[in-house]
Amino acid sequence: MFDQIGWRAAVAALAVSALGFAGQATARDLTVVSWGGSYQDAQREVYFEPFKEATGTSLLEDSYNGGLAKIRSMVQTGTVTWDVVQVEAPELIRGCQQGLFEFIPWDKMGDRGNFIDGAATDCGVGTIVWAVALAYNTENVDGTPAGWADFWDVEKFPGKRGLRKGAKFNLEIALMADGVPADRVYEVLATDEGVDRAFNKLDELKPHMQWWEAGAQPPEWLASGDVVMSSAYNGRITAAQKEGQPFKIAWDGQVYAIDSWVIVRGSPKMDEAVEFIRYASQPENQAGLPKAIPYGPTHVAAIEEVPEDVRPDLPTAPQNLENALRNDTEFWIDREESLDERFNSWIAQ
Amino acid sequence: MPPLPALRLRVYVMGRAMTVAVVQPGGLAEESRALKRALKRVERRRRLRAIGLIGPLFLFLAVVFALPIVLMLHRAVDNPEVVTHLPRTTEAIQGWEGDGTPGEPAFAALGQDLNEAFYARRLAEPARRLNYEITGFRSMIMATSRKLPRGEAPESWKRTFLDIDPAWSEPRYWQAIKDTAQPYTLHYLLAALDLRMTSDGGVVAAPKEQAIYRGLFGRTLWMAFVITAASLLMGYPLAYLMVNGGKATRGVLLIFVLLPFWTSLLVRTSAWVVLLQQEGLVNQALQWIGAIDDPVQLIYNRFGVYVGMVHILLPFMVMPIYAVMRGVPASHVQAAASLGATPFTAFRRVYLPQTVSGVGAGCLLVFILSVGFYITPALLGSPRDQMVSYFIAYYTNQTLNWGMASALGVILLAAILLLYAVFSRMLGLGRPRLA
Repeated sequence: MFDQIGWRAAVAALAVSALGFAGQATARDLTVVSWGGSYQDAQREVYFEPFKEATGTSLLEDSYNGGLAKIRSMVQTGTVTWDVVQVEAPELIRGCQQGLFEFIPWDKMGDRGNFIDGAATDCGVGTIVWAVALAYNTENVDGTPAGWADFWDVEKFPGKRGLRKGAKFNLEIALMADGVPADRVYEVLATDEGVDRAFNKLDELKPHMQWWEAGAQPPEWLASGDVVMSSAYNGRITAAQKEGQPFKIAWDGQVYAIDSWVIVRGSPKMDEAVEFIRYASQPENQAGLPKAIPYGPTHVAAIEEVPEDVRPDLPTAPQNLENALRNDTEFWIDREESLDERFNSWIAQ
Repeated sequence: MPPLPALRLRVYVMGRAMTVAVVQPGGLAEESRALKRALKRVERRRRLRAIGLIGPLFLFLAVVFALPIVLMLHRAVDNPEVVTHLPRTTEAIQGWEGDGTPGEPAFAALGQDLNEAFYARRLAEPARRLNYEITGFRSMIMATSRKLPRGEAPESWKRTFLDIDPAWSEPRYWQAIKDTAQPYTLHYLLAALDLRMTSDGGVVAAPKEQAIYRGLFGRTLWMAFVITAASLLMGYPLAYLMVNGGKATRGVLLIFVLLPFWTSLLVRTSAWVVLLQQEGLVNQALQWIGAIDDPVQLIYNRFGVYVGMVHILLPFMVMPIYAVMRGVPASHVQAAASLGATPFTAFRRVYLPQTVSGVGAGCLLVFILSVGFYITPALLGSPRDQMVSYFIAYYTNQTLNWGMASALGVILLAAILLLYAVFSRMLGLGRPRLA
């Protein structure tokens, strides 16, 4: 009974709003959506502008803060205003399984084998390798913190610490600080004892913590002295170094992940979207990005073309990968909600 | 007997004059019917006009206010994932009693359902729903579906499943499917109250380390209460001064109250970040005058949230009180004084009771607005200072668990309605008077 009336009314309401949007949906330019800030500035310089020039396609930009909510409502209501979006690995898998993305026509895109492990998937083409690593302000820290164990050592390195608010990254980091080697972290974390162990380790640091949510916060806080060390996205730290900030990254125990381009399902600009992703995935184009912002390329040939002086700043540099952890996407899709629930309960106490 | 003179009646209906009757003996009954008809006609026209006037508003409210609430209520108990996307399994599992591994028919049903849903890209929804019951069930379903034979049905679905993953023999997974194969569920509402449903239909408390929501609702209501109290404490004297001060004072104060009110919420909140941060203006000023040696933490804690929210909500307290106070004649207090009341008694027994309706309206506005605040606590508070809306946003945008978001919304709505009922009973507000 309710269902009938409720849904009919909902459909009517949607129809009304769809009429309103109809004018918008027709005849628009290829819309590419990324993460804003200094990162998108770099993309504009390396991908967007050269692509416009090379192909004569007009391209609109937008930015967002991740998540699938907006894409889902676009696909469900049939008002697709985004075409190409850069998404994180868990969203890539979830969105692909939920049918929110088009399948990548790999025959037009090139050989999957040209990309690093995990970058060529059914719905996405990997575009960068980014990392969460330990960053510190050399002016406020005496000595050289070498890894997460030192992050926990508040006697040797007094001062506040910053970590990303949420269970993801922190539980892995806590276990590594507790002496678990990177390659065994998810094995330990899959057990209840492992989760308890991680939370117990976080307990030790709790009085010294300040939690960040936006990627721009750690460099700000490191500069202002609010915290002396923080986990941070590596690109933001290098960007701040270029502006003269005395920051350093300790790469030991970095957690890295891949971001991918996807095409929103039902995009009216499918051909242009494929063309854009193909352009942005050419090794010579990908190799240009690390100069602007140090995130690693995903095309194997591009890695070799990155200039020498930029290489040590990339998460994918061999010396930085020595004790590195690849973020386990499936693990987090299964557990993020329940572990976040526990994290939120822990943090509120 | 001469006939009675004819009687003309001029009737005024809604200001319009009309002659309705020529009354003659014997014609009375009919004339009164005519009068009634005329009255009715005018009444009907009036009602139609009224409906025509409020019609657009009514429609607007129905679409943007009532409908979303109804949908939210519905979504909090809606449980369509398994029933819709795994229909054969839903049917097959009903006969299973819960002991041991189910037989071949259940496996066959699940096998066909998984095959169909997986390749139609519709399996993510039921897999996610089942993952709420048993963590890790989602990836088990997805991994199994990838390996299931497509097209030709295998000789034994059961053996195929167990070869792919022996965990399929464990009854708890099948119990989870059975529990979720219902069109409606209390799962979300219970979870929003830190309760869990057991498979035999009982309700137990959530494990201590995952219990957050009762504390969260308590915190939300407490913070709203503190903010309301602080706004009242500051707003009441301010409104009094605005009414009883000179014309110039009133103008200046009115601007002070309204100017921030006209500024964007985000701008005001960000301004507080600039003022209150570690190296901010307030800390620098305090250090400069020597009140403190090291900067104090004024932001990213409860204090910062209170400052920001009281500032934003103060106009909502001041304006209703101000409006009511203006209607209180000064002569009342003077009369009380002339009868020997001290200023305090005159205020308490004569002035204050006449402003209660303004106080009630202001408190109600501020309380209800602050219960739903999101941006200010998110920007000025620590994780310990977040309110319910933070988690509603988290479930809506981050994890797409709209059932949980709706359940939190429903409980918040219920709590507010309950408090409103208690509050209006307490203050005897039939309807809060708003200027």
